[in-house]
Amino acid sequence: MNNEFSRREFIRTGSFSLAGMAILPSFLSMGCNRITEQSGLEEYYAHFNVDREMLQKVMAEALLRGGDYCDLYFEHSLSNYVGLQDKQVNRAGSNIDYGVGVRVLKGDQTGYAFSEEISLDAMKKVAKTAASIASESKDYPPINLQERVHPEFCKIKTSWEDVSIKQKIPYLQKLNDKIFDLDGKVAKVQVYLDDSSSYILFANSEGVVSFDYRPMVSFIAVCVMEKGDRREDFFASRSMRIGYEYLNEELMDEIANEVVVGANKQFEAVKPKAGQMEVVLAAGGAGILLHEAMGHAFEADFNRKETSIFSDKMGQKVGEDFVTIIDDGTNPNYRGTLNIDDEGILTQKTKMVENGVLTSYLHDRISAKYYNVAPTGNGRRESFRYAPIPRMRNTYMEAGPHSKEDIIASVKDGIYVDTFTNGEVQIGAGDFTFYVKSGYLIENGKLTQPIKDVNLIGNGPEALRQISMVGKDLKIDCGTGTCGKGGQGVPVSMGLPTVKVAQLTVGGVNA
Amino acid sequence: MKDNKKVELAQWASKYATENGAKEVSVSVYDSKESEVEVRKQKIEKIQESIQSGLSLKLYVNGKYSTHSTNRLDRNDLEKFIKEAILGTNYLAKDQYRSLPDRHLCYDGTEKDLKLFDSNYDSIDPRQKIDLAMQVEAETTGMDERIISVTGSYSDGSYRSYLVLSNGVEGFKESTSYSIDASASINGGDSRPSDYYYNATRFWDQLSGEGVGKYAVERALRKIGAKTIQSGKMEMLIENRSVGRVFNSLLQPMFGYNLQQKRSFLEGKIGKKIASDLLSITDNPFIESGRNSRLYDGDGLASRKMTVIENGILQTYYIDDYYGKKLDMEPTTGSSSNLIFELGDKDLSALTKDMNEGILVTGFNGGNSNSATGDFSVGVEGFYVKKGEILHPVSGMNITGNHKEIWNNLIAIGNDPLTDRSWQTPSMLFEGVDFSGL
Repeated sequence: MNNEFSRREFIRTGSFSLAGMAILPSFLSMGCNRITEQSGLEEYYAHFNVDREMLQKVMAEALLRGGDYCDLYFEHSLSNYVGLQDKQVNRAGSNIDYGVGVRVLKGDQTGYAFSEEISLDAMKKVAKTAASIASESKDYPPINLQERVHPEFCKIKTSWEDVSIKQKIPYLQKLNDKIFDLDGKVAKVQVYLDDSSSYILFANSEGVVSFDYRPMVSFIAVCVMEKGDRREDFFASRSMRIGYEYLNEELMDEIANEVVVGANKQFEAVKPKAGQMEVVLAAGGAGILLHEAMGHAFEADFNRKETSIFSDKMGQKVGEDFVTIIDDGTNPNYRGTLNIDDEGILTQKTKMVENGVLTSYLHDRISAKYYNVAPTGNGRRESFRYAPIPRMRNTYMEAGPHSKEDIIASVKDGIYVDTFTNGEVQIGAGDFTFYVKSGYLIENGKLTQPIKDVNLIGNGPEALRQISMVGKDLKIDCGTGTCGKGGQGVPVSMGLPTVKVAQLTVGGVNA
Repeated sequence: MKDNKKVELAQWASKYATENGAKEVSVSVYDSKESEVEVRKQKIEKIQESIQSGLSLKLYVNGKYSTHSTNRLDRNDLEKFIKEAILGTNYLAKDQYRSLPDRHLCYDGTEKDLKLFDSNYDSIDPRQKIDLAMQVEAETTGMDERIISVTGSYSDGSYRSYLVLSNGVEGFKESTSYSIDASASINGGDSRPSDYYYNATRFWDQLSGEGVGKYAVERALRKIGAKTIQSGKMEMLIENRSVGRVFNSLLQPMFGYNLQQKRSFLEGKIGKKIASDLLSITDNPFIESGRNSRLYDGDGLASRKMTVIENGILQTYYIDDYYGKKLDMEPTTGSSSNLIFELGDKDLSALTKDMNEGILVTGFNGGNSNSATGDFSVGVEGFYVKKGEILHPVSGMNITGNHKEIWNNLIAIGNDPLTDRSWQTPSMLFEGVDFSGL
């Protein structure tokens, strides 16, 4: 269903919607030639049972009806999960996804089809389907494929494919034990460890061929506490594009402390009063403000169609001088980091707002061509089943001139918010929301009583204008953020220094 | 129509797993075809087609449990996949509650045509699909000069799945769906409001795009000039198509996993009042052409009609086989099918006229609900209503409260259920809702 036209959602994985389990070393190599994080182009060809000539033939078929451009996106993804419930590591699973997507572009029109079978015949068949977006006959010279070498932003030590379930189990058990040990009120704990390894081979009619290895791990804990007849829950998660070396005592201590402190605070928490007030966003995950209020509306597909509230604001002053907003694909090992995007473009650090001025949208190939600018490496897709569209990567604001203490002290009557679960935006109206799981009231410049379960709502351009203080303490969050758009979910990160927004509407209670 | 090769594959996988160390196994093999056309400015924006298939397994090995899926269906690949999955499962802790459901609770294979599958699916000319999407957009041409963009979309799908449990239970499902969708974006000065509308059917010859584009544009136009109003306690009338968003937060705590994990504010509430007398809901899996009609669920449990809430009193939970064993409760089903609401006698416009002061909510924006405590806070948009008259559109507001209370404030139910959705929600009117605005 295509009724998500104007609504983009962000969901942080709590205890639900978990995917993926590696079981044994070399598990899931599945009759293909074994491929690793260190493999080269020829090994990727061998893994997918293709060669240059085959790719050329498929692309020739794809362009047979006059398309301007085509690309082939081969993917082999292996995911695993291991789960703990009721003090036992008693569930696990795995998933294999394998296939190739063929895309043909004719101007801003897209033809797309995919095949789960990778053979010349199967690929030619889907290429023919994708080709039907164009309707003339044209001869192209054979495409001369040259490897596009890219930097490695997600270096790992130990691949998840080389880690057995036996090695993972103790980490879940230990994290469970740590959480129970920290507080006698803990009644239930769930722990999940998800990992995945994706191998991508990409080729296009501009002659680019490239390959990429994309690791990911998520470690998640959910805790329920009981106090008298009351119950409260909390979750904490960490997710990065990194290997097995990520798991250690320190990480487990961090997660355990976060859920226990968080759940405890919920018992003391109240709902703030309803209405508009000053809001201080804590450094880190509060970057969800940028993701919802600005990031989506900067995605160039919406602007190309003039449906974004920022469509006519390029080059204009949209915020204070100290506001600089970045979307970056190059931060080492972050969840939204990519070596190349999903249409073969090298990823980069893109300044969307520089010193308060809107400087760049986030582009895919179609929009970059439309605006006659260089692509920004934001063309992403959930898998080979989808055509790429402009998406965010790691979105954050650069540090500013104020101290965290001064920012809090400047608020007489407002709230401070630090943990979030989800958000949403309406691109055209500009109204965005994000849901606050925890925070504090600010009274006369001081953090006082904890608050919980409130939705914040604001308007993108207005909120951007009303960012009145920016801290020096930029922090990029490592939680499990997944961004949804057009039915496709992609991993993202976000970050923020401590920031004050002069006015947001807080979902609270009326006296 | 059944693909015998897929049936055999599911049976083979079940046999192979039990011969290689699994005590029990549940296998599901599925395949689907889908197509999609998107049109803008009377030009095809995107055309996409796909055929896919896969196999998923639930393995019960020495009292241990794991789940696996793959889209590589070559038997040699699958043999390795299944064997290693079984080996890996052995490292897990035992879970005494993991086993296939009791045979007598499972689907017995009796076939019944729920009218979910259109045998014409493969014979529809792709040109007709494109024409439909084109028409949806074409009918908005010249409607209003403030239109920025209208996207007309057509999509369809044909889905089959085969379930084989090692205890002998077998099932087959097939269904088709067609939909026509329009999204409209409007230049409203400072703001560019948008809205959508769609029609969905199980059968091609029931699908009509007429009015879909126009209605999406009208909905978007109505939002021009939206204002945020003063915070306060007011009435809230939720339009039928948006009710599901808040209702979902009442439904989630009824599920076995939330009850067992102590994340449900409805624990111990069977037979107790959780909502106003006006709320009565039946879960009916047997409705002909229903969006979620079925003869069995994901566990293979035979479907049954059940009363969920009667006159505000909670009658049942949604308990799948595993959490049923863990909670020592009879399983019902692990997922809702079609939800049928007892209706009132007024439509949306009559309900609006009954309002003294409040907001007619036509859409939600973000927000969440805490299933352990019932606390919720959600963004809303819609129209400010005073003395039965719609005064102006509203945006940038939140509603906040607790599900333990708000359902008792339900004062009227509409006669306008969404019969083409699985949750056939009517419009609903609540009193005393906390709105946050200025």
